[in-house]
Amino acid sequence: MRKASRYGTLHVAEARIRNMFKWVWIILFAAVINPTLYLVSIGIGVGSLIDANKGVNGVSYLTFLAPALLASAAIQGSSDEVVFPTMAGFKWERTFFGMRSTPITARQISLGIFLAAMVRTTVSVVIYWVVLYVAGALESDTAWLAMPAALFAGAAMAAVMLALAAKIEKEDFFFMIVGRFIMIPMFLFSGTFYPLSQMPVFLQFFGWISPLWHATEIGRYLTYDYPLSGPTLIMHFGVLVIMVVVGLTASFKIFATRLEK
Amino acid sequence: MSEKLIVARGLTKTYGDFVAVDGIDFDVAKGESFGFLGPNGAGKSTTMRIIGATSVRTSGTLTILGKDPEVNGPQIRAHLGVVPQQDNLDVELTVSENIYIYGRYFGLSSSFINKKIPELLEFAQLEEKKDTKVQALSGGMKRRLTIARSLVSEPDILMLDEPTTGLDPQARHILWDRLFRLKEQGVTLLITTHYMDEAEQLCDRLIVMDKGKIMAENSPAQLIKDYSTKEVLEVRFGSERNHEMVDVLRPLAERIEVLPDRILLYAEDGEQLLEQIAAKGIHPNTSLVRRSSLEDVFLRLTGRSLVE
Repeated sequence: MRKASRYGTLHVAEARIRNMFKWVWIILFAAVINPTLYLVSIGIGVGSLIDANKGVNGVSYLTFLAPALLASAAIQGSSDEVVFPTMAGFKWERTFFGMRSTPITARQISLGIFLAAMVRTTVSVVIYWVVLYVAGALESDTAWLAMPAALFAGAAMAAVMLALAAKIEKEDFFFMIVGRFIMIPMFLFSGTFYPLSQMPVFLQFFGWISPLWHATEIGRYLTYDYPLSGPTLIMHFGVLVIMVVVGLTASFKIFATRLEK
Repeated sequence: MSEKLIVARGLTKTYGDFVAVDGIDFDVAKGESFGFLGPNGAGKSTTMRIIGATSVRTSGTLTILGKDPEVNGPQIRAHLGVVPQQDNLDVELTVSENIYIYGRYFGLSSSFINKKIPELLEFAQLEEKKDTKVQALSGGMKRRLTIARSLVSEPDILMLDEPTTGLDPQARHILWDRLFRLKEQGVTLLITTHYMDEAEQLCDRLIVMDKGKIMAENSPAQLIKDYSTKEVLEVRFGSERNHEMVDVLRPLAERIEVLPDRILLYAEDGEQLLEQIAAKGIHPNTSLVRRSSLEDVFLRLTGRSLVE
């Protein structure tokens, strides 16, 4: 009897990454161009007004904004990189059913997609960080820690979106809902451009359930003297960990059910 | 008795109240080419998925290579080559890349797969397309690639679900030729089809399925012998007159089947029957004598044609 490979997750990720290389220039271009646009328009444009008014939290607006932009890019990238392959895998090309007829298991497929998405997100985040650094948005010695904070946000979002994309069988409204009612509100209401406390409490709610806000708070704490108490910090990490665990656990189950059909 | 690769007893699969596979028994021996013949919805594909260790049976027992697919799914799948009904190639990747990543799913080393690729490309007659994206291939080429891909792990059992559905006649014949070569090499083939000619060409033995049950099991030739006459006379009187001719013709033939557009008369000697009919002054618009086929077997067993 032959043995099933123990590295199924890696083989699935390998196939995904091979696929990404077909789009490598577009992926890299997006990774550079998006941060540059935000930096110029908001960071420098809006930033010059705010900095003339003593900045935010006692640091320049760019420094304040950088961890949020980085986390937001991670969320966008990781979510795209799980949603589209999952839709293609189950429905458009049915590639998951091809994988499933080999020794690969449903769990390995879902983990492999997640892993490959995180590889791409890591590349994007590093590029974004370099752009921010060159622009002078990252001044402190611990500025590099904004990267793991952003990746954590990306992982939380990717895990949840993986389960959601696997669950959706008719995608007609899915992309509209995700784009307009999840991604954009999250970007605007997660304390990205101003501290969340500036908002009335009922609007702060969006931030509390948003991985972007939690990662941004962690990122700010790590990159400059942003005051956060120990328990608050643990809470932020806790929310992201819960999202990763719940998202992945749910996707294991949904993948298995859907591939059994 | 040669080694049994697959043994199924009372194999059943239900979806809620619907019984897709209804307590079927069959064995498949090593090197055999075994077919499931039946119309759409007969339970063939469900049976294939259960054997392929991707769908869990509701009841009954099943062993594949001596193991239970419910317990040892991944290990069993490591021995199977699967050609699904719907292609599921990665259309963004090239022909070679598709074979490569598929081999990797089996945990095969890069060097092993890279040695295997030229051989498989030759088998699938896709050498010139090796660096072409799958998107650009024709239906027949995609089918051949799917088969080539399934062979990368040198499977003990190759499972083909409706391998030529949707292909033009020329592409079908190329595919049959390839499958016949595999059969000659001693690969155990499992084929589902609703094409009787495909079943006759490729299967040593087959089961005729309908509504989840096995209606008959034997070699194609023996099934025809058991359930039909040697020849069939097909006559057409035009849609108006077909029905009124039935009673006149019934005493002349061993068996008679009335289809919407024609009447089938079963006889050992078709030409002789046609002469008898003419002698009675009956002249059909068209007539045709042919040998009995599995289509006739299916008609006899179920009262319905395979392709409806």
